[in-house]
Amino acid sequence: MSDAVQAKVAEVVPHVHEEPSFWRRYVFSTDHKVIAKQYLTLGLLWALAGGLMAYMMRWQLAWPETPVPLFRWVPEPFMYDGAMGPEFYNALVTLHGTIMVFFVAMPVLLAAFGNFLIPLMVGAQDMAFPRLNMLSVWVFALASLVLFVSFFVPGGAASAGWTGYPPLSARVEYTGVGWGLNLWLLALALEFASFLMGGINFLTTAINLRAPGLSMFRLPLFVWMQMIAAVLFMLSVGPLIAGAIMLLMDRLLGTTFYLPAGGGDPLLWQHLFWFFGHPEVYVILLPGLGIVLEIIAVFSRKPVFAYRGIIYATIIAGILSFIVWAHHQFISGIDPRLAMPFSVTTILISVPFAFVIFAMIATLWKGSIHLTTPMLFALGTLANFILGGVTGIFNGSAPVDIYIHDTYFVVAHFHYTLFSITVLGGFAGLYYWFPKMFGRLLHETLGKVHFWLTIVFFNSAFIPMHFVGVGGMMRRIANPLQYEFLQPLQPLNVWITVSVILLLLSQIPFVVNFVWSLVAGVQAERNPWRANTLEWSAPSPPPHGNFETVPVVYRGPYEYSLPGSVQDWLPQDCEASPRAAAARA
Amino acid sequence: MQQASTLPGQTAVAPSTSIPTGKLGVWWFLASEVTVFGGLIACYILMRLGGSGWEEEAAHLSLFFPLLNTVVLLTSSMTMVMAHAAVEAKDSQRLRTFLLATVLLGVGFLLLKAVEYSREMAHGFFPHTGLFWAFYYGMTGLHGLHVLGGVVVNLVLLLTAPTATATHQRRVEFAGLYWHFVDIVWIFLFPLLYLT
Repeated sequence: MSDAVQAKVAEVVPHVHEEPSFWRRYVFSTDHKVIAKQYLTLGLLWALAGGLMAYMMRWQLAWPETPVPLFRWVPEPFMYDGAMGPEFYNALVTLHGTIMVFFVAMPVLLAAFGNFLIPLMVGAQDMAFPRLNMLSVWVFALASLVLFVSFFVPGGAASAGWTGYPPLSARVEYTGVGWGLNLWLLALALEFASFLMGGINFLTTAINLRAPGLSMFRLPLFVWMQMIAAVLFMLSVGPLIAGAIMLLMDRLLGTTFYLPAGGGDPLLWQHLFWFFGHPEVYVILLPGLGIVLEIIAVFSRKPVFAYRGIIYATIIAGILSFIVWAHHQFISGIDPRLAMPFSVTTILISVPFAFVIFAMIATLWKGSIHLTTPMLFALGTLANFILGGVTGIFNGSAPVDIYIHDTYFVVAHFHYTLFSITVLGGFAGLYYWFPKMFGRLLHETLGKVHFWLTIVFFNSAFIPMHFVGVGGMMRRIANPLQYEFLQPLQPLNVWITVSVILLLLSQIPFVVNFVWSLVAGVQAERNPWRANTLEWSAPSPPPHGNFETVPVVYRGPYEYSLPGSVQDWLPQDCEASPRAAAARA
Repeated sequence: MQQASTLPGQTAVAPSTSIPTGKLGVWWFLASEVTVFGGLIACYILMRLGGSGWEEEAAHLSLFFPLLNTVVLLTSSMTMVMAHAAVEAKDSQRLRTFLLATVLLGVGFLLLKAVEYSREMAHGFFPHTGLFWAFYYGMTGLHGLHVLGGVVVNLVLLLTAPTATATHQRRVEFAGLYWHFVDIVWIFLFPLLYLT
């Protein structure tokens, strides 16, 4: 240890640690790790709600207007002795999308993993603004409460689709939903405010609270991905906030921003929504890719291929994501001359992402691959995300999109991207960092059972969905049997529904594993996976303040299997050169 | 807006860049604010370019109140700068004076805005009267809420820490950054709504 570091360590004053009360410790905590777990808890609870909604919707699509098992208790006017009407189906479609994107993917991938890992990975004691961080989670909790309440107001929950397109959403009389939709908008606004606070914290922490020696290009890729995601979110959400204010004014003050009768334009909302919506896809995707990159490097025991290339490619993709939005609007009545440029930028964006994917595969190449549960989930994410990316090229080409727009092909496409990133990527991260979060390891065999069941039933549910879509089934219809031309597709719909039910049941091993490991799992050592990044230099779980001493960083995050080194990993805060480490071993 | 917290028993590490951590946070916050107003202003410009008859609607607006308000807000930016100078010079008396002046000017701006709104409404121009009026009330209303937020922040600064300490110095600077941002937004709104 250098003299400067010695001097730094000497400055550490022994302190009397005061045990904070239960409330300060678990509820009103400013500790980034507790806040991360709060986000994780809320996100997983919403995932359960969103998953059950998917089950109810799928039941309706397979066996329309028959009682949904387990849901006979839902009172009128939502369901009639367990069978649902089209209004309730519309509300489910809307809320399933809203919940999964804004109340599951974002809190789990960004907020939970970002909050937990960014300070640990940069060697900081906490976030730059711990009280702002606490405010962000409480604003998110308030958003959750508002969204929950919106189910129970007269007129029911929002039912204009998760995209809330006007004119349907702009007037109460068009959907019959009054305060349900207003509260939905309010919940989204609160959620955006929460994540803006989080984004400011992420960026400031990663830029300014790095440990000595940790230059920007020694940061783990996960931190880079979170930073780029935070910038994308901050720069794209503003126009949608403006748009949401206008929509709320249309609903409450009688303005006509989105109503052609008053000189307004419904397309304006689509522009604002998708100007946000496409960067938002990457806001969710990038943290997921970051998780996968960390895991692939550790379990291939190899440095990440093209570290800087991945950063530059992601920044390029981030910039491009701001000029692709109209690919959602090819049949919405935009100027047809605009379709081609937006097709071109959309397909262009696959170039930097293909670079990142190839860099991942090159990282695996000739690595010494350990198929642990986190690695299986990471590889599953990679494989399924590629499928989602490939169908994206179909959707991005205007001539093809005109045919498949608003069909189940699109539904299958974005589930391949979002499900693989959020669920598979999220599980990869959870299995990988669980020991650091809770100080115990998850059970490996149960984890592998969970992985294989999930991957099989996920594909079994969503591959046929492409066929149903190409067969002409529109998204968001409550009863496919009403249409004669869709009746031959009904066996596929039943197959999908059965697969979805099995997919949901496949999560039981995870719940069992999670609860059991939390209580009785194998105690985790500091660095159970023999990884290099700084979080593994802190105790498991890290105490308030994270590190015993301020870590000093001497190297990049992925120095695995260096030639001449006996051990195949070199933590970032290990001063010894590979040769010296070999000599010491 | 607190600096990187240091827990007992741990050493404080200097910021990794030359930008103070709190200021970095404020800049990121302002960057996200720019996109909110940027989105709204872009919608207004595009809808106006694509529509017709907006000039006649805009001609109904009184020019006296916004002109006076521009002077009020620009003056308040000046008093905010002088408050910052006072806190740097560790002059608590001047700091209180200029923060109070900034708060009062901010309140004055809001009062003038309220008078302006009530005059427009008395003439029958409501948010639902037409698209121009929807944008007019939406944009100035959102800006007014930001002015209100700034008034509250400056009032809290005035009431909680009347002495010129180092922490307070940073807070006055950060509040000043926000206040100038609110001022700059008005500099865009004024010509776009009232002068065109």
